[in-house]
Amino acid sequence: MTFKRPDNRKFDELRKIEAKAGVIKRADGSAYFKIGDTIAYAAVYGPRDLYPKFLQDPGQGTLRCSYNMMPFSGSGERVRPGGSRRSKEISMVTKNALLPVLDLREFPNAVVDVFIEFPQTDAGSRCAGICAASIALADAGIVMKDLVSAVAVGYVKGNVIVDLSKEEEDIEDAADIPMAIIPYNEKISLLQMDGILPKAELKKAIEMGKHACKKINEIQKKALKDKYKI
Amino acid sequence: MSKLLVKDKEVVVPGEILAEGMDYLPSYGTYRDSEKIICQRLGVANIDGNVLKIVPLTGKYVPRRDDVIIGKIIDVSFSGWRVDTNSAYPAMLNVKDATSSFIAKGADLTRFFNLGDYITTRIINVTSQKLLDLTMKEPGLRKIEGGRIIKVDPNKVPRIIGKQGSMVNMIKDSTGCNITVGQNGLIWLNGKPKNEIMAYELIKKIENEAHISGLTDKIKNYIENGKK
Repeated sequence: MTFKRPDNRKFDELRKIEAKAGVIKRADGSAYFKIGDTIAYAAVYGPRDLYPKFLQDPGQGTLRCSYNMMPFSGSGERVRPGGSRRSKEISMVTKNALLPVLDLREFPNAVVDVFIEFPQTDAGSRCAGICAASIALADAGIVMKDLVSAVAVGYVKGNVIVDLSKEEEDIEDAADIPMAIIPYNEKISLLQMDGILPKAELKKAIEMGKHACKKINEIQKKALKDKYKI
Repeated sequence: MSKLLVKDKEVVVPGEILAEGMDYLPSYGTYRDSEKIICQRLGVANIDGNVLKIVPLTGKYVPRRDDVIIGKIIDVSFSGWRVDTNSAYPAMLNVKDATSSFIAKGADLTRFFNLGDYITTRIINVTSQKLLDLTMKEPGLRKIEGGRIIKVDPNKVPRIIGKQGSMVNMIKDSTGCNITVGQNGLIWLNGKPKNEIMAYELIKKIENEAHISGLTDKIKNYIENGKK
C-alpha cells in the first residue's frame, strides 16, 4: 500500500507560503509569514534600553524572543492565554536558532526584542515563527549574516515527508523533526525530534529539509525586496 | 575571475552574495567569506570602483561622534543633564559643556534646561560601551523654544538634507519655516502653523520616497504645482 498525503502533496512539496515585510507600523521591523493554515506575525523592537539592569551584557547586545499562540488559534480545545512551559521552551529554541546569524556587538547593554504571535496554527508553528522573525529582524536593520529558514520534516508510515500538517502529525507513529538552517553555509541552527525513525531516514529527512529551506529562503528574500519595489 | 552579481542601487538583503572573486573589496554592511562578498544588512548596494558597500534603508540611530542631534532632557543630576537621543543609549550633558555663562555650585539646574525640554546639541565623544558626552558650547546649539518636533527615519536624514543642504533649503524657501534637522531623526520646524504643516507633509513625502533617484527635481515640481 502506498502512502498518500491527505492534501495530495508530493513528499517534498511545501504548503502554500505567503510572506510580507513591514506589516506593523509602530514596530522597528515586522513580518507576516503564512505557511498552509499556520499564520505568524513577528515584530522587532530595538535595539533599546534593557532593564532590569542585571540582564545587561556589556560585551554585546541581548536578544529576547517571545513565542505566543493566541487562545483561539488552535484546533478548538482551550489554550490558556499567556505563557506556558511549551511556549517558554519554544521561545528559547527560537532565540538559539536566530542568534548564530546576528551580530549585536554594535549594541552593548541594549536589547533586541522579538515578539512572535500566532492568530492561527496548524503544525509547524515554531518554524513559521523563526521564518517570520528573521524577516522582521532584517526589516529592523539588524546586522545579520543571513536569513534563517526553517521547516518541519517528518517520517510517516515509512515515508520521509516535508512540511507536515496537523493531520499528518497526528498519524500513528509519525516522527516530527522541526529544523532551521542558515541557507548560505547550510549549517543547522535548530533540530528537534519527536518520534522514532531509522538513522538513514533521518539523514534523508535532513537533506530534504535543507532543500525545502532554500526554497523558503527565496520567498523571504522576495518579501523584503517587495517592500521597496518602485 | 571576479564577477559582480548585483547592480548599482539595487535593493539587497542579508545573505545575498554580492560578488565573487578577490578583485572586489567589502566595505560597510558587507563581509567576506573566502572568495565571496556577502551582504549583512537590508539596504541599497553601492558600487564605487571595486568597493562594495550597503546604504541601509532601515534601522535605529547609532550615535556617532560629531553628529548634531536633537535631544530631550530626561533627567537632571548634580553635575548635568541626561538626554534622550532617540537611540538605544541616553547621553550626558555636563554643566561645563552646557553654557559659557557662569553657573554657581549647587545652583538649580532646571533654570537652564528642565525635564522635557528639547535641545540641539553635538556629540563630542562615544565610548566602546556607548557612553555619550554632549556639548552645547557652539554657535547654533541651543534650547528649542516654540515650533514643533517631528520624528523621521534616521536613515532618511541625508536625503532630507540633500546635497549641501539643497533639499532642506528648498523646503525652507517654499514654506518660510525655520528647519533644524538632527542626525538622530528628530526635526524641529518653526514658523506659522499652516506653514509648519506644509513643511511636515513635504518631509514625510521625501521620507516615503527616499530610495527613488532624482528626488530633488520631483519635490521641486511638486512644490511648484502645489502653489498654483
